[in-house]
Amino acid sequence: MRRYLITAAITVAVALTTAASAGDRYITLASTTSTENSGLFAHLLPRFEAASGIAVRVVAVGTGQAIRLAGNGDADVLLVHHRPSEEAFVAAGLGVGRRDVMYNDFVLVGPAADPAGIRGLTDAAGALTRIAAAAAPFASRGDDSGTHKAELALWDAAGVDQRAASGTWYRELGTGMGATLNTAAAMNAYTLADRGTWTSFANKGDLVLLLAGDPVLFNPYGVVLVNPARHPHVKAADGQAFIDWLTGPAGQAAIAAFQRDGQALFFPNAGTLATQ
Amino acid sequence: MSILPLMLDGVSLRRDGRVLIDDVSLTIAAGPKTVILGPNGAGKSLLLRLCHGLIGPSAGRVRWSGPEAGSARRRQAMVFQKPVMLRRSVRANIAYGLRLHGHAAAVRAARIDRVLARTGLAALAERPAAVLSGGEQQRLALARAWALEPDVLFLDEPTANLDPGATGAVEAIVAEMHGGGAKIVMTTHDLAQARRLADEVVFLQRGRVAEHAPAADFFAAPASEAAAAFLAGRLFW
Amino acid sequence: MTDIPAAFLTALRLIVTLDPQLAGIVGRSLYVSLSAVVIAGAIGLPLGAAIAVYRFPGRRAAIVLLNGLMALPAVFIGLTVYLLVSRAGPLGFLGILFTPAAMILAQCLLITPIIAALSHQVLRALYESYREQLCSLGARPRQIVWTLLWDARFGLTTVVMAGFGRAVAEVGAAIIVGGNIDRVTRVMTTTIALETSKGNLSLALALGVVLVLVAVGVNALAALLSGATAPRG
Repeated sequence: MRRYLITAAITVAVALTTAASAGDRYITLASTTSTENSGLFAHLLPRFEAASGIAVRVVAVGTGQAIRLAGNGDADVLLVHHRPSEEAFVAAGLGVGRRDVMYNDFVLVGPAADPAGIRGLTDAAGALTRIAAAAAPFASRGDDSGTHKAELALWDAAGVDQRAASGTWYRELGTGMGATLNTAAAMNAYTLADRGTWTSFANKGDLVLLLAGDPVLFNPYGVVLVNPARHPHVKAADGQAFIDWLTGPAGQAAIAAFQRDGQALFFPNAGTLATQ
Repeated sequence: MSILPLMLDGVSLRRDGRVLIDDVSLTIAAGPKTVILGPNGAGKSLLLRLCHGLIGPSAGRVRWSGPEAGSARRRQAMVFQKPVMLRRSVRANIAYGLRLHGHAAAVRAARIDRVLARTGLAALAERPAAVLSGGEQQRLALARAWALEPDVLFLDEPTANLDPGATGAVEAIVAEMHGGGAKIVMTTHDLAQARRLADEVVFLQRGRVAEHAPAADFFAAPASEAAAAFLAGRLFW
Repeated sequence: MTDIPAAFLTALRLIVTLDPQLAGIVGRSLYVSLSAVVIAGAIGLPLGAAIAVYRFPGRRAAIVLLNGLMALPAVFIGLTVYLLVSRAGPLGFLGILFTPAAMILAQCLLITPIIAALSHQVLRALYESYREQLCSLGARPRQIVWTLLWDARFGLTTVVMAGFGRAVAEVGAAIIVGGNIDRVTRVMTTTIALETSKGNLSLALALGVVLVLVAVGVNALAALLSGATAPRG
């Protein structure tokens, strides 16, 4: 019996390793749900693969989790949208050569009836103050994602201690962007979303876009190569090839060309487009 | 050459503080068909299981002391009141025991065919054992034991659940096995069956051997009050 | 609620047109979960039988533990396997994170206790009825284990299918250790989660319908196969 179990365990281990080693040339990209769910990667990655022969496997999670994955060496490249975290990642020696890629913006969405009366405002912090004053339901990602971090910064700017209201009108969901929008639609709550996910989201219900354009809602994306000195198995050359393509003329043009419903969702800002 | 005689030396069995078998000393010798007789609850089945080694005694010793005692384990077989059928064909049920005993395929096939014919089951060989009638199942249990060619066959109330026809068939097979040289040790609470089969009787009363005598002597003139009461159909406790 | 009828129509269309992307996802789901169930069966069935047959110190505790492990949340397993096979973890050198192999490993850990605990339940009763006869025939515990597994094979089919059901339906572990990578580790449940997060509720629901149909199909196949070898009469 014991010998049987040992044999079985060894067989399993061998089978798993061989199954894993099968596969061709690829890199693993840790990124955010906003880029994946908007369809941007489905637009970009086939172009990169055609140009380079390198497939890109995307693991789309929240920014916080993506950074942790990359820090453990479980990805080759990191593409997220929270600049302070990206810089800290590089400073800690976990990544090298952070570059700007593109930006989009956050939007405040809420029920068409707009009980807090924020429609027409231009100042995001002011809008949050009104939502708090009206105690109107607000759905927060609550998942340590880039969007969540941006939302927390806005509450700080508004001078509202929204955490004190957690469980009443302020609802921390602990879910991704899409799930948060589903929930907000179901309970007619305000929420902060990235424009890409919002535009391509198919279950808006009564929700409409109420506020956009405040410069504090600017949402820049950066790309970082996981430090091969820290994690020797990182596919540095192929990863760098992807970063170079993404921030080069071809990648930047592809980002600019990506549209949903006739609307551009991401704006390239690696600084190379102008030279085209 | 046999594993017999079987000696029980001061054997007791206690469970949960109750004494179920009480200081039994007994020698079961080769030859006669031994019937362990007694009322329900006397401990007949437990005594048989102690002899066969399915349970161990709380005190005392069960010992095979014949010249072949070293291989006692595989030279005895048992048939239970409720036959245990493996969920496979009649043939495979018999083959199972033979395989456990390490017999080669050719030996297995020959023995299976022989015992199937002798127990009248040849036509049912490929049927699943589970669909046989109670009588057929008990014959299969006998065939499975017989195929092992044991020195000693223990039978625990083998006909308690059977109709008279099936009972007759089982008794005939037991007699034939005995004729072939197997020692028979069987429990029953059925006095008529004991009269038909027994060469010697071990009479058990409340976990004790009340009497151990040749069948003719026992039935003609029981020495113990308990046996006399049992034979006369009186309740005794 | 127009989503539910729409979902069934979408499901029908996906199946009838043999949508190639869906076929890939279904195939991957089956590959991962069937592999997991084969491995978990090879470990869990003998383990369940052994616990039914062998008497050893701590046996009762082992049974309680095994029954408790049936409640293990998939995300907990996912996280544990992630920490094991992450490059920073003890098995990082295998490089299996974000591959089907990691998903197979996680689902194995998820369902081995289920298969072991349920097969122990099935075999315990059978062992009770076989014990004296098998001991009388001179069977050793090892031989009894295999006899029980063979004789209970039809009941154990259901046990294995319960394990398969849990594996193919779980999402928590698959998404953490697989990463839901398109064409690599995207399976039915992670696709449903993804489409839900995109707000494509009726497509997500349709995929759920397809998942159920696939599971029913696998169970029907198992029933047919075991029926073909079942004793008749």
